[in-house]
Amino acid sequence: MKQKRQIGGGLLVGLSGFSVILILAIMIGILTVIILGGRERISWEFLTSFPENGMMEGGIFPAIIGTALLVILMSMAAVPFGVITAIYLAEYAGEKSVIAQTIRFAVRTLATVPSIIFGLFGLGFFIRFVGAGMDQVFLSGNLKWAQPNLLWASMTMALLTLPVVIVSVEEAIRTVPQELREASLALGATRWQTVKRVVIPGSLSGILTGTILAVSRGAGEVAPILFTGAAYYLANLPGSLSDQFMNLGYHIYILSTQSANVDQTLPIQYATTMVLLLLTFILNLTAVVIRSRFRRGIR
Amino acid sequence: MDNKFTRESLEKKFRFSEFFSEKLITGIALLSITIIALIFFFVFREAAPGFNRSTDGTRTGLDEISSMSDIAPERYGLPGDSLFYQPSVEQESTETGSGESTVTIGSLTGKKWLPVSGEPRFGLVPLIIGTFKITLIAILFAAPLAIFAALFSSSFAPSWLREIIKPAVELLAGFPSVVIGFFALMVMASVLQQVFGYSTRLNAFVGGIAMALAAIPVIFTITEDALSAVPASYKEASLALGASRWQTAWLVTLPAATPGIFAAVLLGIGRVFGETMIALMATGNAALNSVNPFESVRTLAATIGAEMAEVVFGDAHYRVLFLIGSLLFLFTFSLNAVAEFYIRGRLVKRFMGRTA
Repeated sequence: MKQKRQIGGGLLVGLSGFSVILILAIMIGILTVIILGGRERISWEFLTSFPENGMMEGGIFPAIIGTALLVILMSMAAVPFGVITAIYLAEYAGEKSVIAQTIRFAVRTLATVPSIIFGLFGLGFFIRFVGAGMDQVFLSGNLKWAQPNLLWASMTMALLTLPVVIVSVEEAIRTVPQELREASLALGATRWQTVKRVVIPGSLSGILTGTILAVSRGAGEVAPILFTGAAYYLANLPGSLSDQFMNLGYHIYILSTQSANVDQTLPIQYATTMVLLLLTFILNLTAVVIRSRFRRGIR
Repeated sequence: MDNKFTRESLEKKFRFSEFFSEKLITGIALLSITIIALIFFFVFREAAPGFNRSTDGTRTGLDEISSMSDIAPERYGLPGDSLFYQPSVEQESTETGSGESTVTIGSLTGKKWLPVSGEPRFGLVPLIIGTFKITLIAILFAAPLAIFAALFSSSFAPSWLREIIKPAVELLAGFPSVVIGFFALMVMASVLQQVFGYSTRLNAFVGGIAMALAAIPVIFTITEDALSAVPASYKEASLALGASRWQTAWLVTLPAATPGIFAAVLLGIGRVFGETMIALMATGNAALNSVNPFESVRTLAATIGAEMAEVVFGDAHYRVLFLIGSLLFLFTFSLNAVAEFYIRGRLVKRFMGRTA
């Protein structure tokens, strides 16, 4: 009996421990393979020069700039709206309020909608509806906004990353001690003043974490921008919001599946993947560190 | 200084900035609901004129559908039939006033997906088979691995180790799917081919395992939360009765968290179902009617991703791709709703007893 117990225990602990090790090993394996594969091709020049010779040679500068512009514009939309929604959920809405429950459900739904659906929505709403409407009204039907571009891709990505911001900011707001709010209210501050002067400053680290996570997500997603603005190859950097742009993830996808000579560009593919993976990895690591710091600070 | 409180001075004053900020914040918070509604509306709107729905109530639509269903049982399933695609221009329909070509419901149940041939065929059957096949493979890998790992993290690992495992899995969740797709395409596909010796290098098996990597963090995180939410009194009671730690974990904690684990698996399925980049890169993208896991597949999401950039706005192919998008959206939306019900409803009730 006792022996059976020990065998069962050993089996369960072993099996579950093995699962953890396997997951971590796969993760480290991916990192290692990509870094080893990209190491030889990567250089400062690779990061700062344009692709040459039909993307067979040269660097990935425009893809880096395109990705950066995308996430900056995306954050400008997603962060304010996300923070305000989080403030509403944590500070204004009652726990049982139907509106708050519905918003929470909507946020969680938004977080589980497949990214390709955001792409479709971007095409159907931003390009074919808003863009076409803008062209109709401002440009008397000339085609400018009713086509894929940087602005629509960023807005599409902002919708995708909105739940990321909301969830981390709300979590941070909830860690602001209740006593601080009460003290502020007792001193005669109004609710909005309390939010502005006490709650928001107290949850800055959460806003930062949310932004970092959103940027990392936005930099890595490709499906939403497949047909809302990303381009194969552009000779120039995007000069305005209505231009298309190059993107790191899209670049990897194109080079590894659509290009005529996949083997020849293999070092470039590995190096590009390495840049994207390290970028998102470092961003996520930063977010994890900040979060664990402020969690520890609370205790 | 006059610091007497009068009834008047204590009354709540109307402050415009308070009123305005509260209304503005509420308004912006409602945006997420609006976005969901807009996604529903616009994804469906773009799909809508593509085929005749009986809900249209228009005569032409109803006639066509009933006539289609008369023919359908005899014909579909026959190899090489192309009768269900109707390139006819429809003038009467209110929504397709511009004279776009339409696809009927019957043609969508065909077994061939040949959208750009001379006689386009939009049979969704191979795509649906492919999507379910790959989802099944991915979940068969991801669910046990993630659930066991979560059990280890919540029941056996010392707290310092747990503080490493959880963020590490979060980091895995942060791997862009295009990177996982690239890894699967370049490394995993070749390695697995050598190990198993099948002939098609990119197939459902490779794609499924790659997608499992995307689903593992989702399943792990929610399962871990559910396991950690099991009240300590359950475990203490079990230990006090003389059960060992593993017996408590296996026979008490795990069963108590079943609704949460169920929800976790559902959300994992949703993640795999809609995954586009991994499917595009690692599955071979051939629309075959086959259940063999070592053959190429084309998933619903990958079909949208691969073909949307090349279609003509508004034509039948475009509509069908949006229709596929609507199906994906509906499916993941329902999964999420069911998962939500399980997490919120069941779990809370089970642990709290009274308040839902």
